[in-house]
Formats: sequence, structure tokens, C-alpha cells
Amino acid sequence: MKSSTKEERRLQILSGALKLFAQKGFHATTIPDIARHIGMSVGNFYNYFPSKEILAQEILRYISAYLGKRIRKINESALSSREKIRGIVETYFETAQNEPEMIDFFLRVYLSNREVFGEGCEGMICVNEFVTEIMIFFDDGVARGELKNQDFFSAFGLFMGYLGGMVFLAGESILPKPMEAYIDDISMNIYNALKVA
Amino acid sequence: MMRLLWLSALACNGNAHALLNYPGFKVWQKEFEWLYHPLLPSEYSFKEVEKGMAEGCDVLLVDGTLEEGYVKYRRPYMELLEHYGKQAHHIVTVGTCATFGGIFAQGGKGRSGLHFRGDERLDIFKNFWQKSISLPGCPVQPEVLAGTLSLLKRKTDIPLDPLRRPKYYYAYTVHDGCIRNEYFEYKIDEHRFGRLEGCMFYDHGCQGTYTHGSCNKILWNGLGSKTRNGQPCMGCTEPDFPKENLWQTPKHMGIPARMPLGVPRRAYLSLAGIAKAFRIERFYTPLMKEE
Repeated sequence: MKSSTKEERRLQILSGALKLFAQKGFHATTIPDIARHIGMSVGNFYNYFPSKEILAQEILRYISAYLGKRIRKINESALSSREKIRGIVETYFETAQNEPEMIDFFLRVYLSNREVFGEGCEGMICVNEFVTEIMIFFDDGVARGELKNQDFFSAFGLFMGYLGGMVFLAGESILPKPMEAYIDDISMNIYNALKVA
Repeated sequence: MMRLLWLSALACNGNAHALLNYPGFKVWQKEFEWLYHPLLPSEYSFKEVEKGMAEGCDVLLVDGTLEEGYVKYRRPYMELLEHYGKQAHHIVTVGTCATFGGIFAQGGKGRSGLHFRGDERLDIFKNFWQKSISLPGCPVQPEVLAGTLSLLKRKTDIPLDPLRRPKYYYAYTVHDGCIRNEYFEYKIDEHRFGRLEGCMFYDHGCQGTYTHGSCNKILWNGLGSKTRNGQPCMGCTEPDFPKENLWQTPKHMGIPARMPLGVPRRAYLSLAGIAKAFRIERFYTPLMKEE
């Protein structure tokens, strides 16, 4: 442990806490739980994060940056809007598969504990990187005449609500097939809803 | 004395009137002599100008949209330009019509500015390029016209941008000096017309953030500007003026289709997202009683 830098240690706390929050929920997880999980003293924990709320907000930024970076790659590629939708759906499901706690944190902590994110994560501040990339995807699609020019939130809600809903169903073991089996159909449904008529 | 010759083609006289409204006009004009101006006392009549008699002009001022085949009195206008343009030490295109084609270029074929049709560079007067200066504006801001002529009289070096606009006046955008800048920064949009507070970029087609001009740096008649008085900037100094649907901001799913000058889309959207998250009370309390 001694060899890890402060930044590495910080990331260890983020990912350790992310797992606990996603499993147990925000309120049921205590700072001693998190410190124990990572193998550090409670006192040392406070050298990194002043409170559990701030930690949760940092986790949210971390997830947003993680997804944002991946979608940015798709945005910067030469793909058509239709192919980009597939790329975004794939990325989201892959994340849900490989880093399930990230999406769980979004669905189970961020959306259900709004009071934790009131001050410091106003509006879209903590999810800015992710939302900005979705905006760029929409903007680019409309500019290229591939997507219908409509209200942003109608399109955003359709896109993200659908993906979030599918991950939720998968998490509850309700889906009969593995998530990747739905990528093509879901991408096509989203594209059909967003494309220029 | 510096000798000036003013030739108008398809023009509304707005540029000439703007100059007459220059607050320092009385003092300024003492340093200049008009060989010909359509509204001001001049040494020559237009008939004499048309015959080529107004010799010795230092600066030829070209006003209005040029049109192929246009005859001014009895002589083709292009011939007149050629004749006096050769003699002049400097050629100044006054206003957007003479510079890029402007409003009158929308109404007919074969119409353009002296060196440009919109942003397309023309060859017809390419010999004049090096001695030309563009002063677009609809109309030209009087201080820009009077000031440029004063600089030429003093033989001051005038740095120009690629469209030959003096950088001193046109390197800025109309956004610079706009007193609504804080509303822009915090994304507080005004959705009603004619108000004195709030930003007009998002809803009302204000082009101040990407229009080269000093309207908010050098105020009109020393007093105001469009944006100070509740009207969006119309981008009248730019090659693509006038645009259609001037009072609407084209958007892609709610995102302005055109970004402020030099601002990458990603940077704009990131900052806008953050700025929107905060409600700064001061900006929601009217500073002025508007009704």
C-alpha cells in the first residue's frame, strides 16, 4: 500500500465505496464500513474525503467521466448517427456488465437519494461530462440531417430511460436473455424514435 | 486637407446619414475636402464627376451594392470606379453593401461588393485589393468611418483582418463590452422581446458573440447599441448579412447551432451545463423597471 500515490489511494476509496453504496445503499453504508473495506483507518479516510456526501458526489463525477470518455470516443468517430446509437447502447450495457456497481450507483443511489446530491451537484454539474457527450451526439445528428430536431429532454429521456430500464430489469433477473442479446433491437428502436421521419 | 470622393451604387443613403450623425462631425470635417459627396457641399457636381473631371482624390469611398451593367447618370458605374480607383491612394468600401453585397445583393443577379460576394473573393477589382479597406456595417458606424479616414490622413499603419477590415474596430466581437455579458455567462435567457436585461443569444438570434464589430465598445452617437436597447445583434458587419429569420436562434435539439466565435461546442456545453445549475438571485431581480 505504501507505494500507492495519493491519487491511486483516492481512486481505491472511490471504487471500494462505490461497491458498498451500490450493494447496501447510501444510508446503510457507514464511513467505518468503507474504511474497513479498503483497509485504512477512519481517520485516514477523512484525509481524502471530508464527508460521506462529498464522497458520493465524487463517485458520481467519476462515473460520469468514465461514461463520458467512452461516448466521446464514439462521438469523435466517423460513424453515422445510427451506428453511434448502437455504440452508446453497447457501451452502456458493457459498463452494466463489467462495472455493474457504476450503473447501480446511478439507479439506486443517485436517483433515490436526491438529498445527498442537492448541494454540490446542482443541476447537471456532477453528470456534466456524460450529459455533454449525449448533447454533442444529438447536436451532431441533427446538424447532419440524420436525427429529428426536437426538444432535448424528450430525446434524452427516451434514450437514457430505455437504457436505465433495461439495466434495471437485468439487475432484477427479469430479462429472459442476457443483455447483449437486446443491443440490436434496442438500438433500432431508439434510432427509429429519433431519426428524421 | 485630404480629398475624398464618394460614389454610391445601389444604396439607401444610410451610410451617408450615419456619417452626418457622427458626434464630432463639425470638427472632423475641417480636415477633409469633398470632391464629391451626394449630401455634402462638394467641389464638383456629379455631372463633372461622371465626366472624369474630379481629379486628385486621395480616398475613394465606395458606397452601396455594385451591379453588373449599372449606369450612374450616363456612365457605367464600373467605369467610374476604375477611373477614380486608379487615382486614389486608398479605397474604402463604406458599409456592408459595398463590402460584401449586403441587403441589395439579395434582390437581383450580378450584385456584389467591390471585392466580395458574401465571403467569396472576386477578381474584378483585384488591382485595388492592396489599397482597399473594408468598413462593413448596416450602416457603417460613423466613428469607424470618420476614425479610419483620420488614421489614413495621419498615415497611420492600419492592421487589417483577412477581409481587409481594420482590426482596431473589427477584431472584437459585438459581444465584447455588451452589458448583458453576465446573463450570457450564467445562461439567463430573455424570452420576451425588447427587454433591457437577460441574454438574447439563446432565443432571439443575437449574433453578438460571433459578429466582428465594436458596437458595444464604441457606442452609437456616444450613447447606445442594439443590445443595450433591447434588440439582438443582427450580424450586419459579416459577409452573410442579412440572414433569414433574424430573430430566431437556430437550434439542434435545444443546442444553439452556431457557437460563439472560437468556442468549441464541447467547451460551450460543459460550461453552460454548470452555469445553468446555479440560480444567481441578483440576475433574476429586475435592475430596471421595464413596464
